[in-house]
Amino acid sequence: MTAVMGTPMLRKEDGKLLTGEGKFVDDIHVPGELWMGMVRSPHAKATITSIDASGALAMPGVQAVHTGPDLADMGLWIAPLPCAWPVTPDMLNPPHFPVASGEVHHVGEIVAVVLADSRYGAADAIDEVVVHYDSLPAAASVAEARDGDVLAHSDLDTNKAYHWPLVPDPDALDAAFAGADVVVAADFVQQRLIPTAMEPRGVLAVPSPHGGDITLYSATQVPHILKVMAAATTGIPENQIRIIAPAVGGGFGAKLNINPDEILALTLANKLGRAVRWTESRSEAAGSTHQGRGQLQHIELAADSNGKLQGVRVHVDADMGAYMMLITPGVPLLGSFLYTGVYDVPAFGFTCDGYFTNMTPTDAYRGAGRPEASYAIERAMDLLALEVGVGPDEIRRRNYINGGEAFENHEAASTLVFDSGHYGPSLDRALEMADYEGLRAEQSRRREAGDKVQLGIGMCTYVEICGLAPSRALGGLGYGAGGWEHATVRMLPTGKVEVVSGSTPHGQGHETAWSQIIADKMGVSPHDVTVLHSDTAMSPLGLDTYGSRSLAVGGVAIAMAADKVVEKARLIAAHQFEAAPEDVQFENGSFSVAGSPSSSVHIQELGFAAFAAHDLPDGIEPNLQEQVSFDPPNFAFPFGTHVAVVEVDEDTGGVKLTGYFAVDDCGNQVNPLIVEGQVHGGIVQGAAQALFEEAAYDDEGNITNPSLMDYLVPSTMEMPSMKLDSTTTPSTTNPLGVKGVGEAGTIGSAAAVINAVCDALSPHGISDLEMPASPQRVWNAINRASGNGEGGAS
Amino acid sequence: MKLTLTVNGTTHTSEVEPRTLLVHHLRDNLGLTGTNIGCDTSSCGACTVHFEGQSVKSCTMLAVQADGGEITTIEGLADQAQQAGISTGDQDWHPMQEAFHQCHGLQCGYCTPGMVMAATSLLEENPDADEGGVREGLEGNLCRCTGYHNIVKAVLQAKGGA
Ligand code: FES
Ligand code: FES
Repeated sequence: MTAVMGTPMLRKEDGKLLTGEGKFVDDIHVPGELWMGMVRSPHAKATITSIDASGALAMPGVQAVHTGPDLADMGLWIAPLPCAWPVTPDMLNPPHFPVASGEVHHVGEIVAVVLADSRYGAADAIDEVVVHYDSLPAAASVAEARDGDVLAHSDLDTNKAYHWPLVPDPDALDAAFAGADVVVAADFVQQRLIPTAMEPRGVLAVPSPHGGDITLYSATQVPHILKVMAAATTGIPENQIRIIAPAVGGGFGAKLNINPDEILALTLANKLGRAVRWTESRSEAAGSTHQGRGQLQHIELAADSNGKLQGVRVHVDADMGAYMMLITPGVPLLGSFLYTGVYDVPAFGFTCDGYFTNMTPTDAYRGAGRPEASYAIERAMDLLALEVGVGPDEIRRRNYINGGEAFENHEAASTLVFDSGHYGPSLDRALEMADYEGLRAEQSRRREAGDKVQLGIGMCTYVEICGLAPSRALGGLGYGAGGWEHATVRMLPTGKVEVVSGSTPHGQGHETAWSQIIADKMGVSPHDVTVLHSDTAMSPLGLDTYGSRSLAVGGVAIAMAADKVVEKARLIAAHQFEAAPEDVQFENGSFSVAGSPSSSVHIQELGFAAFAAHDLPDGIEPNLQEQVSFDPPNFAFPFGTHVAVVEVDEDTGGVKLTGYFAVDDCGNQVNPLIVEGQVHGGIVQGAAQALFEEAAYDDEGNITNPSLMDYLVPSTMEMPSMKLDSTTTPSTTNPLGVKGVGEAGTIGSAAAVINAVCDALSPHGISDLEMPASPQRVWNAINRASGNGEGGAS
Repeated sequence: MKLTLTVNGTTHTSEVEPRTLLVHHLRDNLGLTGTNIGCDTSSCGACTVHFEGQSVKSCTMLAVQADGGEITTIEGLADQAQQAGISTGDQDWHPMQEAFHQCHGLQCGYCTPGMVMAATSLLEENPDADEGGVREGLEGNLCRCTGYHNIVKAVLQAKGGA
């Protein structure tokens, strides 16, 4: 049998999704269900002075209206919503309950919950709950929060939640800057983003008809984490909670949280003995689902006169939003180790201050901390190239770890050990695909001709940290849980293989990829493999899907469990052959005795032998099932080079992305088709941050673009077709040599695109532009540079 | 209000509130949950169905506005193709569904029903669409997973195969 791993097998999960049979949460209904409607604060900061629900309660079909104080009296929870990552022992973490009492802290915070017997009834009733507020001044930006004149939480005496330093050798860092020929300093803004998975979040809690336990369907990436946290928050015993993530329509980090609606549905259904549901509306999502990014970055590079880096120093002011949610404070830490990028940097220091603001909480969004880091270093490298007077490709080559040659186990100044890398070839290949020389020639031609549409070429060589994570490393960073993953593999009596996966897909294609791994490991058809996942009753152990961890942790666990099944089957086969196990060989699914290949038994036949148990070796348990919880010894460090080509219309400021070339290295690939799909989608999300998207807040803390009318998720028209290639540098972290690719595209693309825009504008002396590079911003920059002032008539 | 709709060849008569959106009627009353909802501003196209042979965003119509009309949803697309004499293969898929599968034009699949419905009517209206035409034709359908690359590829492949 030829290898299945590494081939572009078409996805097993497509059928249901293509025909409309896939069931998302809002597709699932049970008799007697009640609809929750959330009454949300229109103020960023205010005191609730009164709530009058009588109008709503008088409406037909409205069952109840509950305020924060009511719910606290009902004893529905025993703890606030959890933050699993107290990054410092003294981090401030004001209690965050599903429904506010007293003071509200962001627009969209829930102040009352309506229960009605229909979708429309709940929506109507929300409007009839009359809430009076005394509005208070709000901290409506991280800069304002840092100034500290306005407090985000009245009962805290500061907005600063924590200070986190990572400065392994302060003396070396000072010396690097003192001795530098060139110092480049820059400030970048990572605007807030609305994650916008196409399926809004939703929940349905169904109490069991025989009492005792309760099933929560949720559009979540993390059913296992949700189960533990729901038990800890509500006091409902873990064994009475079953979480099911049915078909989930994308996550990108936005479905990696423990949300008020999840806890409300669970506890209200449990209390009432009736099913309770809620589906987020898109415009509501800006206040009901966490946002991403939200950082002010300051980066300094110290280099010698040739542009060889001597040190990197970074400070980040991070916008926590109104509350610490599951991993809010840890997001900047996930990026902290990457501010030296793919470069050999002798000295490094990073500090971060987290600030509360009166805006929607931030938390993980595709890349979580790492796109921010990659953006800062890769933008700064372009500035260094300008300073030193070399091209952006050359400045990178001069600084690559090991001169761009292959390496293993490189200890970076940040103290992390990069598993493997080989950065030179990905840059070479990306420049070749893009026809870099040709593009530069065309750029010169347009510049000389004074063309109104100028060309810009930008590149980014990124590295990222994925495969989250070694549990000990997480513990060292103050994270409250581990990073292992669990897998069970069983050969069923019928010869089919059942895989139970603790990682939880929401579009990635785990069923296909896991089947490919099993096919190669066990010598069976991938179509004989069934993957069970996303239901804590079927898959009780797991840590779910985020941080590009599924393959490098969960996939590896599956491969290891499959190996164990093969080893057990070998004992049974040896017994049947009356041979010593060490004389029994395994190839393409069949066991045979060395030297007499004519008699053989297929592993799928042994499923029945183990089940019947009529003739097993002594001391062997009658099953062919093994489990593995794999805790990786290190992270994995994928990398690559992205090249973006833009056209900038100098009359309108419009930027058009006309070409995109990416060479990614995620180690050994299980399914190149899935890899490419992940890279495509990731690139577009990063490019969207560069050019279009921003959660815009006014001075009062109101979000001004919550709907998809105003929040510019790119369409087919904004994106070019992309050209991709890959290199393969196996990871040394795991036996499959795999890394991860779910976030790589996003980590590489924002910097590549802005580098391209700045490159196009460089003849004007423009070296930086804030994201998103909207036509207005670009036009203003051009006019400012040519001395016309902002907003002058054109 | 009383409402009669022929959906995927079956006629349904229902009592609905006048304000009921077509997409909610299809999903909540008729149980056809393949058609999805991704926004509340007619921006995303997840709810695209065929009404009287044309693609429409079913969140922009009241159910009663469709009274007496014929609707095809993702659940009925392959059957409709078959009736039109188009081969639907072993899987019983419309060629567009097959092309999305072949080209990995879907990941989470949430935008997919709307995307497939929009794409089939795009090719009906513009059978010679090139990449630019396909991109223009799908501008009203958002996908957050695929970056559109493989969706565009799938539609061009379906065109080639048709
Ligand atoms: S749900 Fe109809 S366009 Fe978004
Ligand atoms: S496949 Fe997920 S939104 Fe398109």
